[in-house]
Formats: sequence, structure tokens, C-alpha cells
Amino acid sequence: MELIVSIISGVCLLAGSFLVLSGVIGVIRFPDFYTRIHAAGVTETLAASLILIGLMLIAGWGIVLLKLILILLLVLFTSPTASHALGKAAWKSGLKPTNLKQRNEDRN
Amino acid sequence: MALIITTITLLVVIALALIRAFAGPTVFDRILAGNLIGTKVVLIIAVMGFLFGRPDFLDVALTYALINFISVIGVLRFVEITRRSREEDKS
Amino acid sequence: MLFSIYGLISASFFMSMDAVDVAFTEAAVGAGVSPLLMLATLASVGRYQKKPTDPEIPKVALLLVIITGILLIIGTLDMPAFGAADAPAHQHVAPRYIKESPEEIGIPNMVTSVLASYRAYDTLGEVVVIFTAGIGVLSLLNFRRRRRNIHLIDDIIAIDEHKILRIVSKILIPPILIFGLYVQFHGDFGPGGGFQAGVIFAAAIILYVLFFGVKYAHQVVNQTFVRVFSAIGVLLYGSVGVVSLLNGKNFLDYHVLAENPTTAQHIGILVIELGVGITVACVMILIFFSFIENIEKVIQELRK
Repeated sequence: MELIVSIISGVCLLAGSFLVLSGVIGVIRFPDFYTRIHAAGVTETLAASLILIGLMLIAGWGIVLLKLILILLLVLFTSPTASHALGKAAWKSGLKPTNLKQRNEDRN
Repeated sequence: MALIITTITLLVVIALALIRAFAGPTVFDRILAGNLIGTKVVLIIAVMGFLFGRPDFLDVALTYALINFISVIGVLRFVEITRRSREEDKS
Repeated sequence: MLFSIYGLISASFFMSMDAVDVAFTEAAVGAGVSPLLMLATLASVGRYQKKPTDPEIPKVALLLVIITGILLIIGTLDMPAFGAADAPAHQHVAPRYIKESPEEIGIPNMVTSVLASYRAYDTLGEVVVIFTAGIGVLSLLNFRRRRRNIHLIDDIIAIDEHKILRIVSKILIPPILIFGLYVQFHGDFGPGGGFQAGVIFAAAIILYVLFFGVKYAHQVVNQTFVRVFSAIGVLLYGSVGVVSLLNGKNFLDYHVLAENPTTAQHIGILVIELGVGITVACVMILIFFSFIENIEKVIQELRK
């Protein structure tokens, strides 16, 4: 039983790290702000939940578990809100998404 | 083992996000990178707490999650305010 | 923003060096509040400096700076190498604190016992410094001005624009306040204490100000109340010292507070941390309010 739990938690942690890594690669490689915020925002929530769930599985019952749940709730609340606020603020300030088709045609 | 791999990945991710924070053409890119780093730091503190067997690190992670949100939102708000006042200044 | 990232990363350094309390403070202050204050300053003074009309090199000042720098560098030559085990700091008091603080003070978190009991003088000094900083900002920014014409910040940014943010912050503020209290009273057992709790408390109020405007925040947080309490925090701290003086012991000697020495230490630390927390929270709120009001004033002047 314990072995199974630790294996599951390991899988969760590794999946979380993979998502985190893919998110940041998206943030670096994507062409404009809105695609970047998409890469960051989408992976962030799932990755954070996966890593925290992986930690919860090895934590066992107790106040540590409670704190982890609190952190998870907080992340689930705040990070989509922050992404939303960022996107909205960027849009209001007049930042337009890059038109990729246009840009490729310009290059060619 | 998985804990160590996760820690290293998170460190790499923070380093990569720093590139975006320095390069980011608009101020929003920088804020995005800051937010990303903030979340990753919360995670890294939690993971390191388990790695070193000191779960009282989690308090700090909790504070971070709070403060990170507040600071990102606050920075956004100020950027907005300065932008508006500058636009009004021009018009 | 980069400043805030610096705060975050340096906190993880402290984390890995096992200085949990320092990381906690850096988390609260360095990453959250100080970038906000910097930006508030930028927003109120404008981004660029006017070029001086006749660029004249201040020779005396430059000379003074160079001399001081050289003296400081010479001073560091005498200091022991970084992390050397035979440095005076590790020989003199640190072993005693580490060995005897569990028996003498009786609380698990050694940092708190050093901060609030062995080094209570220094901490009192720090609290007074914070209080003085608050007074300084107040007197610089809005001492002359009676609060006559405070319009909403929502006047500038329409309030309906941020519905989602406002709802989320409404949900978040009460848990933040409760967490602040937890940090305040948990300082004996884990990382935490007055400084951090004060900042977390103030952060909750700042969140409120950002989304509901200064006018509503004034109704929630009474300004006179905050001003009085920032002084009361320092007074509370000092009065503990005076009580022990009056009972014939040294200043800030907690043993007069109860029969049992450990209990006395507990009471003393609790009261002192409370004083620190109150002062820090109130001063932070005060500073933030004066910055925001100042920004509004600047914007209103721009409009005229």
C-alpha cells in the first residue's frame, strides 16, 4: 500500500515538473504576450495542483496536509485571477496580438 | 528521488523564466514572468520542506502564495494608473 | 517588478540556508510590499528626472563618498572570512544561545527567543526605527494637508472594470487576516512573529485599498485609530521594560512578570511581539495610504 502511494506521488511530482517545464518553454518561445500568458496560465494551475497533490500523498494525515490543501486552494484561486487581470490589463492598454499570418507573409 | 528531480526542474524553470523577465518586450511580459517565478518559488519551498524533512517551511510557502498575488495585482494596478494619467496628460 | 523577483529568489536562498525566519520576512517585505511602494513613488513623482540646467559635479560630496568607501573596504579586511568557524560571532554568544535557550526561555523557535528576549533592546530599537519612518513619511507627504478633497481612486479607474478581482479579493481578505493572526501567535513555535504578521495584515488592507478605493478604505480603517495604534505598539513594548524597571530589575527583564521564569519569558515575548505586530501593521498601512493619497493629488492636479 505504502509503495503504491509513493509511486503515485512520484508520478504526480514528475508529471507536474514536466508541465512546469513545458509551460516555461512556452513562455520563452511563443511569439507574443497573449500566447505566452496562455502557456503560463494553463500549465501553471495543473502543474501546481499535481505537485502539491504529490506532496500531500507523502505527507500523511496532520497539519501538514491541511497547510498543503490551503496552499492548493490559494493557488487555485489566485493564479487564474492573476492571469485574467494580466490579460485584461494588457488588452485595455492597447496591446494587440501579433497577426502571425500577416507576419509570415511579410517575411516571405 | 522524484522530489530531487522536481526541485531541479523548478530551479531550471525559474532560471528560464528570468530570461523572459529580462527580455520581455512589454511590461506585462515582465509581470507574467514575475508571477510565474512566484508560483514556482511557492512550489520549490514546499518541495524543499519535504526534501529537508522540515514541514514548517509550508508557512513560508503560504505567505508567498498570498504576497505573490497581492504584489502582482498591485503592480498591475499601478501600471494601469500611471498609464492612464500619462494618456490624460497627453490629451 | 525585477525587484520583486529578486525578493522571491533571495528568499529561496535564505530557505536553503535554513534561515526560515529571515526567508519569511523577505517573503513578506521584499517580494510584496516594497516593490509596491517603489511603484507608488514612481507613479507620484513621474518616471524621468528633469535634466539640471548647469551640470556641475559636486566635488566635495564625491570626495567624501570615495573616502568613506575606501575606509569601509579597509574595515572589511579585518573581518573573518565568510563562513569561517572561528569567527567571533560563532565563538562568543551563539553557542550559549543554542545550548541554553531551550531551558532559559522554554520556546522551541530559537530565533524568536534571541530576538525578543536576549536581544530585546535591539528589537525595541528596530520598532522605534519603523515608527520613526512612519512619522517621516507622514510629515513629508501629508502633514500640512487636512484631508479636504479626497476623491475616489475609482474616479480614475472605473470600479466596474475589475469585478472578478474584487470578488476574489473579497474572498481572500478574511483568510489573510486570520493567517496574519496565526503567524503573530505562532512565532514561539515556528517561523513567524510580529514583523511578519504586521506585514501580512497590512497586505490585506493594501489589497482592499487597491480594489475598493481610498474612500471606502477610510471608512473601514479609521485613520486616527491607525495613527494612535502605531504609537501604542511602541508604547506597549516600552512599557514592558518600564514595568520590569519599576519592579527593581533590569530594563526588559521579563522575570518580574510571573513567578515561574519560563512563564514570565512566555508572557514577555507574547506582549512584545504583539507590540511589534501592531506597530508594523499600522505604519505600513499609514505609509501606503499617504502614498495613494499623494498619487490622487498628483493626478487631480494634472487634470486641472
